Amino acid sequence: MRLVASDLVMRYPGLSVPALENVGLRLDDGKLITVVGPNGSGKSSLLRVLTGVLAPTSGTVILDDRAISLWRPDALARVMAVVTQSEEPAFALRVDEAVMLGRYAHLGPFSAPSTTDLAAVQGAITRCDLEPMVERRIDTLSGGEWQRVRLARALAQDPRLLILDEPTAALDVRHEMQIFELIRNLVEGGLGAVIVTHHLNLAARFADQMLLLANGRVAASGTPSEVLRTETLREVFEWPVAVTAWTDGTPQVVPLRTGEIPPPA
Amino acid sequence: MKSRHLLFLIGVALLSLAIGIMVGPVSLSPGELWDAIKSSGGEAAPIIRQIRVPRVLLAFLVGGGLAVSGAALQALIRNPLADPYLLGLSGGAGLGAVIAIAAGFGGAWTVPLMAFAGAMLALALVYRLSLVQGRRLDPRVLILAGVIVSAFTGALMSAIMALSDASALRNAFLWLLGGFSGASWPTLGFFVLYALIPLVLLMASARALDLLALGDDSARHLGLDVGKARLIVYLSTGLLTAAAVATCGIIGFVGLVVPHAARRLLGPLHRPLLPAVFLAGGAFLVLADALARTAARPLELPVGVVTAVVGVPLFALLLRRTLT
Repeated sequence: MRLVASDLVMRYPGLSVPALENVGLRLDDGKLITVVGPNGSGKSSLLRVLTGVLAPTSGTVILDDRAISLWRPDALARVMAVVTQSEEPAFALRVDEAVMLGRYAHLGPFSAPSTTDLAAVQGAITRCDLEPMVERRIDTLSGGEWQRVRLARALAQDPRLLILDEPTAALDVRHEMQIFELIRNLVEGGLGAVIVTHHLNLAARFADQMLLLANGRVAASGTPSEVLRTETLREVFEWPVAVTAWTDGTPQVVPLRTGEIPPPA
Repeated sequence: MKSRHLLFLIGVALLSLAIGIMVGPVSLSPGELWDAIKSSGGEAAPIIRQIRVPRVLLAFLVGGGLAVSGAALQALIRNPLADPYLLGLSGGAGLGAVIAIAAGFGGAWTVPLMAFAGAMLALALVYRLSLVQGRRLDPRVLILAGVIVSAFTGALMSAIMALSDASALRNAFLWLLGGFSGASWPTLGFFVLYALIPLVLLMASARALDLLALGDDSARHLGLDVGKARLIVYLSTGLLTAAAVATCGIIGFVGLVVPHAARRLLGPLHRPLLPAVFLAGGAFLVLADALARTAARPLELPVGVVTAVVGVPLFALLLRRTLT
């Protein structure tokens, strides 16, 4: 399964500056792309265009040789799962009920869940570490627990592609690392994933490719070492940084204190 | 739905029907009811067959239909305060029906159709009024818009009735008060004709309603055709409400009270919830009608008075909870 976005331009009505200008991205099976950039750089717009929620002003998004706009919602949901930044459900479902909603596109209007459906839900619950809380109502969960429920629901869709908008924003270190490790494992198993995140260092450690956006344009793209360069980051984030290397060679970014002189590379 | 819940609700529904058949100007004992069910003879049989049975069945189906409409609208606008009455659907349906009656083409087929047109127009107006600042739907504004549209349709109905001639006025007024005193086998038949398809469509949309309650983006990403699902819910609730208003006038709060209570018992998933809401809504309105017939004997209260007495305090409570 391949998702290819080319020459995307997105102009919102009433705004003179385009939210996206000539942005491209190519996601293949078994690859993880992280999208980084300052607030307002176009990350969320890119995800909305990639997932077919917004039609771009110009440019194309092609999923398996077919424009994303031509996919029926249920067919799309069987291959692509999306976890948006936030969600406020009107009613307090139980955790297992909420995860079962991920099977909607696999179920008929009157049919009961099959063993495949139940197994997908159970697997997603286990992988997201939700077993201790399956019977709790979602209005009693912490922000991080709710985020894991939504990830589990996405995994229950049994997708080939996974698109996540800041999935670990409310999570502590353990749960954040568990989520990244989990997604990386799924990617090793053939899933394609796009993650928007503000965590440059985790983005670098887990990604095959990175995309750095600034003001709706691609400031840099390529491997983490190609994207995370001192000068580029300083310009894009308008803040001085130093880039060092972790023991495995992945670049790690350290924002500098005001007036601090970076150590020589 | 767990089978013990289903059995319990079926029991409650049957009990309510029995009570509804037994109470009235002539009270019947359980023995007389049993005799009439068992054989075609007996003194009470004509009352039961010609008056009581169609009346309680109509009340049951209308109650179930209004309650299911309320539950579906609550998922659609993502707020437990929705109800066909509070959102102005009933008022719009009433206006459509009054226009049909006053204009002199108040037939059994035309009144529901005019009521349906009125309900759809009212809902479109409420929806448009509550879309402040682009696409974000504030439920509080939505309720306010419903109240405004209801007030407006109420004023228009009064104006039309004030300008109509005496016999048309009397018909419209009697009907508008709401109630099942005009129930007969033919009215029951017409209601079933109009209500069956929307009821089935809403039951089939149970999972879609679960997704709509999450919000449009999440619903779409989970595979729902949001536009189509919304349209089905709009049209179905509009048709159900119109059929109810056309056969028995404006009865409020059934769609508010019953789903609220059922959700506390069964949780918010719509596949178990909607059948339960149908059964409970039916039982609720049959009992409300029984109370309306007996509370001020020999006079009969409009059944909408009874449902409002139960519904208004609950509405106030829910509103406080929403605002805090």
